[in-house]
Amino acid sequence: MDILLQQIINGLTTGSVYAVVALGYTMVYGVIQLINFAHGEVVMIGAMVAFAVITSLAGSALPPLAIVLAGVLAAIPACMAIGYSLERIAYRPLRHAPRLAPLITAIGMSIILQHAALLIWGRNPLAFPQLIDNPSFTIGGAAISGVQIAIILMSLLMMAGLSWFVYRTRFGIAIRATAENVHVASLMGVNADRVIAATFVIGAGLGAVAGVMFGTYYGIAHYTMGFTLGLKAFSAAVLGGIGNLPGAMVGGLLLGLVEALGTGYIGEFTDLCHWPGAGEGTGWMGERCAEGAHFVLFGSNYQDVFAFLMLILVLVFRPSGLLGERVSERA
Amino acid sequence: MRWTLRQKTGLALIAVALIVLPFMLASAGTAWVRITNFAVLFVLLSLGLNIVVGYAGLLDLGYVAFYAVGAYVYALLASPHFGLHLPFWIILPIGAAIACIAGVVLGAPTLRLRGDYLAIVTLGFGEIVRIFMNNLSNPINITNGPKGINRIDPFRIGDIGFSTTHDLFGLNVSGPIKYYYFLLIVLLAVIVINRRLQDSRIGRAWVAIREDEIAAKAAGINTRNIKLLAFAMGASFGGIAGGMFAAIQGFVSPESFILNESIMVLAMVVLGGMGNIWGVIAGAVLLSFMPELLRYTVEPAQQALFGRMLVDPEVLRMLIFGLALVLTMRFRPAGLWPETRHRRELAEDRK
Repeated sequence: MDILLQQIINGLTTGSVYAVVALGYTMVYGVIQLINFAHGEVVMIGAMVAFAVITSLAGSALPPLAIVLAGVLAAIPACMAIGYSLERIAYRPLRHAPRLAPLITAIGMSIILQHAALLIWGRNPLAFPQLIDNPSFTIGGAAISGVQIAIILMSLLMMAGLSWFVYRTRFGIAIRATAENVHVASLMGVNADRVIAATFVIGAGLGAVAGVMFGTYYGIAHYTMGFTLGLKAFSAAVLGGIGNLPGAMVGGLLLGLVEALGTGYIGEFTDLCHWPGAGEGTGWMGERCAEGAHFVLFGSNYQDVFAFLMLILVLVFRPSGLLGERVSERA
Repeated sequence: MRWTLRQKTGLALIAVALIVLPFMLASAGTAWVRITNFAVLFVLLSLGLNIVVGYAGLLDLGYVAFYAVGAYVYALLASPHFGLHLPFWIILPIGAAIACIAGVVLGAPTLRLRGDYLAIVTLGFGEIVRIFMNNLSNPINITNGPKGINRIDPFRIGDIGFSTTHDLFGLNVSGPIKYYYFLLIVLLAVIVINRRLQDSRIGRAWVAIREDEIAAKAAGINTRNIKLLAFAMGASFGGIAGGMFAAIQGFVSPESFILNESIMVLAMVVLGGMGNIWGVIAGAVLLSFMPELLRYTVEPAQQALFGRMLVDPEVLRMLIFGLALVLTMRFRPAGLWPETRHRRELAEDRK
């Protein structure tokens, strides 16, 4: 039971990071119906900038919490600037070009970002300096760390903030209007260019925080971390229904849970020794199993496969996602 | 097709140049023949991807997966790993067939997806293939995990092995030179197939789907089968190239099939001109010789200017690839040597 609870806690932690990153994908998609391909790399840059700042301040007399905050506050504007230039360079000039064109420029931008990070911070991962003691609490036999609590709370806070912004402010109305229909929104006095740029910038700002949270959780930041994280967050956005804000949140949490539970249990499920017939009896395998050997077909090293399988399953059986209204065929 | 005398002499000159080329290169060092061989491999890959991206307009970011499948099939069937040593002319078709099946397996669930979704799904597919290659060493050792498979058999025709040097009429025919000629023959076949495809019903159906899928469907094209065919054909070319890669390299590991390779092939297709065979070939040749070019210019330049290496040429190459993708799409969206029909389409679309 405690293993199950533990995996749920871990899943909720990574899931909330996925959800925040997925918000960036889904916002941009909602407005221009294009995937911001370089979003994962923006998240990576956020983590790298924050880690670099935190590392350089680690020796100073500042209180640890202030150092972490300084790192986050440095990462957010850096990522926002990148998000903005991404829109200006890769998306805006190609708004009327065939769909393939902005996608290819965005791929180009993500390669440039990744290798620029490699140039600046090197091939080795940046480690998170040990500043604050990470307290651990026990709930029902499972451990939850202070970092995990902080990540989950921060994510919820950001999701609530974004929801308030999109559903309760004037600019939020403009965003939703643009998502509904760019031309009509423009006629109603919405500056569509500004709205589109804003979705990139907001997504990048959220991504920066998500990058710091992800890096802190695993203790390292690396120039390649954006790729898998981006892929998973995109899967989360599709799972929830791309273009749909609550969908991205639900999708992220769900994906985190599926991944954690899948990784935690796949080894046990695919161990041939637990299968009736194969692992029992007096055959060669049965004898080995009786001696305590294991024949695990798929172990926890297949962790990264779950998000992708989920993506395929959703696209095949429910292309509009769990909460989505948009259809991927048109989309 | 009727050729004028001028075209004939031009072709003859190119043919002679291509035949003499390896000996010229060999005089500068066998390494150059190897580099040329890899360039030809990339030309083959680009031509394969060109079918999927250029003709049918399906953005495939996991193309290297098929290359990997071909390479691993060769490695498993012709190395001491399983103790199998089948001849290459049996393995290459098997590799192509398995890659083809992989292409259909990928294509089938993604048929309904449009450009950007497809890109991400194929990208994930490429990663999955790599994860499996990395991990299929337990509980049964199939791929030997991250260590990869080495001591792969070279090609062998009769008694002539492709790994040894032979003397032929006083010429020193080394292993890479033999591979070069083999690659050249395969390349010629692939070019002919591509050209024939382009002008065939299938080729025109691909272009129709690329330009307007709904209209293509309305015109009576079975879009599902035709798209699957594009995936399958592109994949089998990738599989063949992969098999030859394994033989030439003598060693395969998951490290050779990372996303960057897919991006590189995509950059070749996009830069050269999607849909135009000659453009794609030129793009592939240009970009595959670029690392060598950088090695001979950027490294000494940095040493001279700063006294040390500031920018690794490998990193610089990827930065240039990224930049090439961005700039090509911004300023020459149909590539440096565009296909005429594609050029028209892209020109009309830009408002």
